[in-house]
Amino acid sequence: MSSPSPPLSTESDFPKASPRWLQPLVLLSPAGIWLALLLVIPTLLILELSLVPGIRPGQVVNPSGLENYTRIFQPDYFPVLTRSLSFAIATTLICLLLGFPVAYWIALIVPKRWRNLVVLGFVLPLWTSSLLRSYAWITILRPTGVMNSLLGTVGLPPLDILNREPAVLIGMTYSLLPYMVLILYAALEKLDRSLLEAAADLGATPAQAFWNVTVPQTLTGIAAGSLLVFISCMGDFINPEVLGGASSMTVARLVYNQFLGATQNWGFGSALSMILILIVSIAIALWLKYGDRSSAGGV
Amino acid sequence: MAIAAVQVECKLMSPSPIKPRFSFSWLAPFSLLMFGFMYLPILVLAVYSVNDSRYSAEWKGLTWKWYQAFFNDDRILTALSNSLIVAFCAVAIAAVIGTLMAVGLSRYRFPGKQVYQGIAYLPLIIPDIAIAVATLIFLAAVAIPFSGGLIQLSLGTIVAAHVVFCLSYIALVVSTRLTNLNPSLEEAALDLGATPVQALVQVLLPELMPAIVSGCLLAFVLSLDDFLIASFTAGGGANTLPMEIFSRIRTGVKPDINALSVVLILASGFLFAAAEYLRYRSEQKRLAE
Repeated sequence: MSSPSPPLSTESDFPKASPRWLQPLVLLSPAGIWLALLLVIPTLLILELSLVPGIRPGQVVNPSGLENYTRIFQPDYFPVLTRSLSFAIATTLICLLLGFPVAYWIALIVPKRWRNLVVLGFVLPLWTSSLLRSYAWITILRPTGVMNSLLGTVGLPPLDILNREPAVLIGMTYSLLPYMVLILYAALEKLDRSLLEAAADLGATPAQAFWNVTVPQTLTGIAAGSLLVFISCMGDFINPEVLGGASSMTVARLVYNQFLGATQNWGFGSALSMILILIVSIAIALWLKYGDRSSAGGV
Repeated sequence: MAIAAVQVECKLMSPSPIKPRFSFSWLAPFSLLMFGFMYLPILVLAVYSVNDSRYSAEWKGLTWKWYQAFFNDDRILTALSNSLIVAFCAVAIAAVIGTLMAVGLSRYRFPGKQVYQGIAYLPLIIPDIAIAVATLIFLAAVAIPFSGGLIQLSLGTIVAAHVVFCLSYIALVVSTRLTNLNPSLEEAALDLGATPVQALVQVLLPELMPAIVSGCLLAFVLSLDDFLIASFTAGGGANTLPMEIFSRIRTGVKPDINALSVVLILASGFLFAAAEYLRYRSEQKRLAE
């Protein structure tokens, strides 16, 4: 402090002597190269391959048209696309319907010191293997399973929903409900409670307060949660495959079959994969345009 | 009597309503029901893992034989060790390059930064199956010209593919911590004569460590859980645990898989608790600062 020290200043000049671009290069290029090699170039390769009808491994790539893309609109495959979309939309709505009350209860009614613990308790099942979570539902839903034993003891006729569409919806809802609750909880926790009290003081019924205060205030969270659930369902392979049986073919399963199944049509598989990426991108674009606007907070 | 009547009158006249303002009385039971929904499958797995009956849903008595069966099952154990190797390697690589990336992105502006950032976080949103397909096609394009000589599909290719998404998750967690960080500490270190490397390793890294560790735990669990990317990039050579489980459960309910599930659930519950504890501790530390 007391004595000036010239050597120090030359030392502190030392790092500035190394070229300015060196540091960013060292920090950013390893990840950049990895992503370029294993994400960017491969995605461009699927784009190229998707333009080749009937390609098999080892063939020369020769882009020649949009046949692979128009194929999805044929009567054999179009129901697959619409089924994937309906699964995704239905699961999003169910998760919203089931998740909102839970998130509301945790954020506004559970005492503050318990809140974190309750949220953690709700998302804990996410940390278990998604395959095994889906598999657990087989044990419950199969014809001789837990559900039908329970139905039998109360005198109701058995339900046969394994390997059908309701089973897929149950599996998807089960996998994604914790995400929805987590995001809605984050939005509801930031809710300005004095607005709710003001609404009540001004004579609003609980329902009116809910629709005119709570919902608009948490619209960002609702949009973010819905987006996450929707895009996860569009790409979900495990639930339709494990619980859906032959009747619930989805886009993700169809892609799988083009590469690892008996079909082996890499061009068609690549086109389907691009269609999935496209649908997800549209959902994100819609969210960026409309979903993030309603409040400044964001999730 | 008279006093009671006056009291009632006072209550009626009192300006503030005594009834609760929001009577969502169904919320608590409904939420508990949803908790039940979340834990029901896990409970069912646990109960069936000790049920002495291979096929039926009836209770046939307590047994540990499914646990013994699974602990003596070489294929499962090999698959488990493959999965652990893949997760460790992928997370180790991703931790280094993901942290460097997060620091670099937080610190520098350069042309094309938006594009770089967009691509870096892309694996968080595009479906796994699309990543799996892209990686397979890329590996096939690289491997086939060398007739399988240069790059063999194996554990190594799974690691390479897993690094991509592990990287994104770790960078995301680290960059959240970086935005809450006080930059003057590192500046002070540089002013006091530390080299950039010293400043990074001795000042910034300890600050980031809790975020790096919790990012790594998240990536580790995701890597262990991944079925699609592994099965697309494994070729015939290697089998990870999700691939092994998948090939077994397609043919029906397997009690030894129930036992395996319970063991895995306990292990990941432990990891989860560790991650949350770390997060909690770092938050306490931040609050104390």
